[in-house]
Amino acid sequence: MDWNLLISQLMNGLQLGLLLFLLASGLTLIFGIMDFINLSHGSFYMIGAYFCGTIVAYTGSFLLGVLLGLAGVFVVGALVEWFIARKLYRADHLDHVLVTFGLILIFDTLVHILWGASGMAIPLPDVLNGQIILGNLVLPTYRLLIIFAGLMVAAILYLLVSKTRLGMLIRAGASNRTMVEALGININRLFLIVFALGAAMAGLAGMLIAPITEASIGMGNDIIIVAFVVVIIGGIGSVKGAFYAAMMLGLIDTLSRSYLDVLLGLTMPVEYAETAAPALSAMLIYILMAAVLAFRPQGLFPPAGMK
Amino acid sequence: MNWLPTTVAARVYALMLLILALAPFIFEWIDQPFYLDLLSRALILGIAVVSLNLILGFGGMVSLGHAAYIGIGAYSVGIASYYDFYNGWLHIALALSVSAGFALLTGAISLRTRGVYFIMITMAFSQMVYFTFLSLEEYGADDGLVIYARSEFPEIISMDSSTSLYYWIFALLLASLFFVYRLVYSRFGRVIVGSRFNEPRMQALGFDTYRYRLTCYVISAMMCSLAGMLLGNFTGFISPDMIGWARSGELIFMVIIGGAATIFGPLVGTIMFVVLEEALSAITVYWHLIFGMLLVALVLFGKGGIHGWLSRLDRKGAEHE
Repeated sequence: MDWNLLISQLMNGLQLGLLLFLLASGLTLIFGIMDFINLSHGSFYMIGAYFCGTIVAYTGSFLLGVLLGLAGVFVVGALVEWFIARKLYRADHLDHVLVTFGLILIFDTLVHILWGASGMAIPLPDVLNGQIILGNLVLPTYRLLIIFAGLMVAAILYLLVSKTRLGMLIRAGASNRTMVEALGININRLFLIVFALGAAMAGLAGMLIAPITEASIGMGNDIIIVAFVVVIIGGIGSVKGAFYAAMMLGLIDTLSRSYLDVLLGLTMPVEYAETAAPALSAMLIYILMAAVLAFRPQGLFPPAGMK
Repeated sequence: MNWLPTTVAARVYALMLLILALAPFIFEWIDQPFYLDLLSRALILGIAVVSLNLILGFGGMVSLGHAAYIGIGAYSVGIASYYDFYNGWLHIALALSVSAGFALLTGAISLRTRGVYFIMITMAFSQMVYFTFLSLEEYGADDGLVIYARSEFPEIISMDSSTSLYYWIFALLLASLFFVYRLVYSRFGRVIVGSRFNEPRMQALGFDTYRYRLTCYVISAMMCSLAGMLLGNFTGFISPDMIGWARSGELIFMVIIGGAATIFGPLVGTIMFVVLEEALSAITVYWHLIFGMLLVALVLFGKGGIHGWLSRLDRKGAEHE
């Protein structure tokens, strides 16, 4: 067994899981509190990457790029909530799917107009570009940073949701929106904040991954579907559920891509295993979601009080 | 002349069918054979959209995975031809049986869920189909599969010339419109529509709505696979790209532009979509922007799609008289 490979795969899984969590936590709150399906949440992921890349190109500072980029995506998210999403909270889910599908087209094209069709590479400062060597383990610094940043955000979000007044309102909103309204809370402002905050977290995920993959048009459209799988498996409206489900899916996806062929090889001829493994590993998360939906539709960790 | 259609919508649809029936001659006359290709593609998608409308519009089952059945139909032609089986009946049988089997299996699971969960689970199943074809190296994986010959229907009609293929498509489209019309106004269809509005009430009346809805889902999937079979024949090429979730999103879009839960609306929506796509993409590379804005505006302001708009014209006219 190659322990180095296993550890680096575990790190990749952890990294994917945290990125998924950044996307899914906002998605699950928007879904749970406003009952709004936002397919265009992946666009915030893309916009975050482009904002950050542009600011880095002008200022040369990655940190500045992330901070200003976050503010930028927060504003974009707020605008989308204000002008579009707000009008549709009580509408049919089908309308949400259509409008946000339209938004994806709009954002993808706007990025095409503003930044061109080819991707945008984001250079990393030298400090982050190196490697950390532990014994005979070589760990890329930047990947460690992504994991660290992801865990930090998760911790902050946990504190925000469980210890502050805003968090209390968010939790209350996820369990029973009508009751929160009835108690005289300015629900419109709460919705605006949650939407924009969710957008900013998705943007952060895009900024973090872009230095590795580079920013490109439509980069959010595949991962957003996986983020939806996370939301469903974790339970709609549950940040805790999103965290566990994201970690689980990140690890399952990464590990199955590298080890499933070996596992299948134990039960069937190697050449069949090598054909079946990639398909099966790509499908695994969807199979998992279908199973959860069929047997436990409320998700694995539904928010308290939600039926 | 009381045999003439009386409402604005009915007149528009009658005129449209007449134009569609004469289209090959019109295009030959104005010497624009390319338009026939465009229209053929629109009508093929029309069959798929009409089938989606059956479950989405009439049945209230919002499936974000209907493109999977186009894929199954097209790959039935592609894979059979790959092994030198060109018999069209075989292709049809393959498309129908595989799509029915898949729809029965996945529908049985999906229909246990409601609302958002149904949207997501249908999407998940279609992604499974997508990844299956994406990983089948033997059949081209993500490069797609070229279909060198069209399905053969010995001694009946050839699909070789683009005009005869067009009439094949047109005939199948008419058949599916008629079929959906008859189905929706049958007892079966009333149960389906009734379950959309109030399922507990239908159950209280003694109907096993789950079975009805599942049957409807399977029928719709089989119709859609026929569209896929035609699409494979028409384009001579099939790739997993035709199955992705964004394609299913486009199909929903077409239903809504035209007007869900109407017989002709979805067909009009599809033709509008394909023509707009072609016209806009000829003007600017940024046509998706206009498309996206149209979609947002449609949901925010345009209730009922084109059919709804045409019907409102009637009501206005009636108020004047």
